Amino acid sequence: MAHAATHDHHDGHHGAPSNFFVRWCMSTNHKDIGTLYLVFSLLMFFIGGSFAMVIRAELFKPGMQLVQPYFFNEMTTLHALVMIFGAVMPAFVGLGNWMIPLMIGAPDMALPRMNNLSFWILPFAFALMLSTLFLPGGGPAGGWTMYPPLALQTDSLAYVVFAVHLMGISSIMGAINIIATILNMRAPGMDLLKMPVFVWSWLITAFLLIAVMPVLAGAVTMLLTDKYFGTSFFNAAGGGDPVLYQHIFWFFGHPEVYIMILPAFGLVSEIIPTFARKPIFGYKAMVFAIASIAFLSFIVWAHHMFAVGLPLGAEIFFMYATMLIAVPTGVKVFNWVSTMWGGSMTFETPMLFAIAFVILFTIGGFSGLMLALVPADFQYHDSYFVVAHFHYVLVTGAVFAIIAATYYWLPKWTGHMYSEFWGKVHFWNSVIWVNVLFFPQHFLGLAGMPRRIPDYNVAFANFNMISSIGGFLFGASQLIFLGVVIHCVFFSKKKAADRVWEGAKGLEWTVPSPAPFHTFEVPPVIHDEELAHGHVED
Amino acid sequence: MGQQQGAYFVPSKSQWPIVAAVVMFVTVYGAAHWLNAEPGESGFGKTVLLIGALGILAMFFGWFRSVIKESLAGNYNDQVDRSFRMGMMWFIFSEVMFFGAFFGALWYARSYSVPWLGGEGHGVLTHQFLWSQYSAAWGATGGNGPEHVGGDFQTIAPWGLPLLNTLILLSSSVTITIAHHALKAGHRGKVLLFLGLTVLLGATFLWFQAHEYIEAYKELNLTLQSGVYGSTFFMLTGFHGMHVTLGTIMLAVIWLRVLKGHFNKDHHFGFEAVAWYWHFVDVVWLGLFMFVYIL
Ligand code: HEM
Ligand SMILES: [Cu+2]
Repeated sequence: MAHAATHDHHDGHHGAPSNFFVRWCMSTNHKDIGTLYLVFSLLMFFIGGSFAMVIRAELFKPGMQLVQPYFFNEMTTLHALVMIFGAVMPAFVGLGNWMIPLMIGAPDMALPRMNNLSFWILPFAFALMLSTLFLPGGGPAGGWTMYPPLALQTDSLAYVVFAVHLMGISSIMGAINIIATILNMRAPGMDLLKMPVFVWSWLITAFLLIAVMPVLAGAVTMLLTDKYFGTSFFNAAGGGDPVLYQHIFWFFGHPEVYIMILPAFGLVSEIIPTFARKPIFGYKAMVFAIASIAFLSFIVWAHHMFAVGLPLGAEIFFMYATMLIAVPTGVKVFNWVSTMWGGSMTFETPMLFAIAFVILFTIGGFSGLMLALVPADFQYHDSYFVVAHFHYVLVTGAVFAIIAATYYWLPKWTGHMYSEFWGKVHFWNSVIWVNVLFFPQHFLGLAGMPRRIPDYNVAFANFNMISSIGGFLFGASQLIFLGVVIHCVFFSKKKAADRVWEGAKGLEWTVPSPAPFHTFEVPPVIHDEELAHGHVED
Repeated sequence: MGQQQGAYFVPSKSQWPIVAAVVMFVTVYGAAHWLNAEPGESGFGKTVLLIGALGILAMFFGWFRSVIKESLAGNYNDQVDRSFRMGMMWFIFSEVMFFGAFFGALWYARSYSVPWLGGEGHGVLTHQFLWSQYSAAWGATGGNGPEHVGGDFQTIAPWGLPLLNTLILLSSSVTITIAHHALKAGHRGKVLLFLGLTVLLGATFLWFQAHEYIEAYKELNLTLQSGVYGSTFFMLTGFHGMHVTLGTIMLAVIWLRVLKGHFNKDHHFGFEAVAWYWHFVDVVWLGLFMFVYIL
């Protein structure tokens, strides 16, 4: 390949460049950028987690003990925003960055510089958002959903809106990159229906992201103009309607919750076959289930608004549409179980987290179905039952899948094994305390305790105390995770094999551990039997 | 630059992405600070915003310059070209969804919130108790809501300037298509002529649009504050106008690049990307003409 004016420095062609700043700030390497995403996400997990500790500490006992109500509201709002946009989504993008090129036999992402920009926007966006805590008027405190008119009363609105814009730009660019990579960079022979389920899940998630992040941008832009430029989108006196905001927000919001779970489905669909030593049951059904969940996610948004006063026809439509989602979701759960059925299973840490995912996510799915019933939701809405629901799907769902994937691929990334013993300690602590933390919240909600509130009736005292204890211990357990990861990256002596797990299939296991800086510079020759889904029956 | 890695092209490191992240941050930080300033107090927000905006301009200039250099050096093979195409297509899709949010607001206001405030459907009691004199209608008679936020106003008649602007944008779509065909046939003079015409048509559109805004503010009292009518009117046409501005600038840059001979029959992704963008802006306008002006 001849090119004019080739005076570029040749570092980075065969190994990582030596200069720290150049390597990490100007990278075009999918593995380095993936690492940046993952480290950033871990940091955000701990920041968001510390906000949660404040919340649980205040709720430990009835009455106001530790913080001011406004600060409590800032904590609930920022906890959610940080976890959703800072921890879970970047973790999936980081995993996608690292693994998608390795799984489809591509040398890198399709648009590597844009990839770097997508990442670097994020630290700035979160600096902007978190800096509001130190503003004279305080940070956002109207909840992560930013409903007007409440959200319009916070001084920091402009900062938060612009931070959301930045995150949106970052997500959209990341998603475009992933779609272009999957559609354009697959090695010859890697047909669409031979791709790992994780890659499929990301393809569909990326589509969701491009479709709904701009809608969120539009919604918060209208908030901005309503507050600062005198528009009346959400002001009834001027012919607008605060409920309009809720429609637009949830048109984004419900697909958004699937953005946070579809890649998790993909991850679990990689891990379970490996440790069950069987190919995934019903590969095509898994792909179609993801696609139909994604489609349905566009027509269920108003299940978040049942109690707001919608016309009856809308309530009924959205109720049935929501319940339909349980069908493809059920297919997935059934197929994971069937994959394990009759397999020769072993229970390494990734598998433990994956199994916990299947069971606990399903609990969250069931409570979702309960919430989908309009008459029942009139009772449950805005109560701790909703909080329990979404933490089962998000913590024991999305976050457990991310943790499982980290254990699963950490040896591939670092070339060293993590400590299985401490991994299991981490698992058992997490799975026990997370249930102590969230299960009682179902009871609290059913008994009528409202969400987003710093003080409560003494009748709720016992379950809150149990929940808080679970919370502190679940939080503390994550320090074990931090320790295991740091140990594996910097200190572990135990070398990992190229095919780290005996039953693992797929291209990512054909490259050395640790994966070299550049992989698949020449497209690999694909042997179907090496793939997880090489022989899909028609 | 970049390197051909085996069978692929992988671009080399670049400072532009991180520069872009920094200048975007500076811009929005300035903007937020400015919006948040106490009334009467000026603060440093405006200055920071300006610095950031200039930084963004410089960043675009630098980033595109390096990309153009690589493109001219023949670094971009067909695969890279396909990635760029997909990138542009999905970017335009995201823009469609962005406009979708505002069109959604328009339809919701017209079909639901305004009629409900006037007592239709489940709005009976709101109407009775709060605003019983309000009779709901869209446009000048009720589009600013029961409290006539922003005062009485008149709307812009669709069959004057807006119709003219529709014709202008439609013809610009034709001229750019002619230019595209000419490019594929290798007639550079014809490309320059028709692309130049497209730029002029875009600029004329903007000129008329500015006129319309001035008329709306000065004579019709139709402003951004004119209730939900004014909000949807100015947000939709305003964002569209911003996109036309951007599109016109991009067309002008492409015109210069054609002049410099950057494109040939088979390699002209830059041209096509801007052409797609222009068609998109055109289609959005048709939606606006239909739903904002005529109906
Ligand atoms: C079978 C699948 C599901 C059903 C039927 C379902 C149903 C619902 C319903 C009806 C609500 C509104 C409750 C209310 O506010 O009264 C809700 C809230 C919520 N769901 Fe789900 N859900 C499902 C799966 C998921 C998944 C997979 C996630 C995320 C990974 C998720 C995340 C959330 C969140 C975050 C909220 C609360 C939003 C808020 O108000 O702040 N759900 N769900
Ligand atoms: Cu939902």
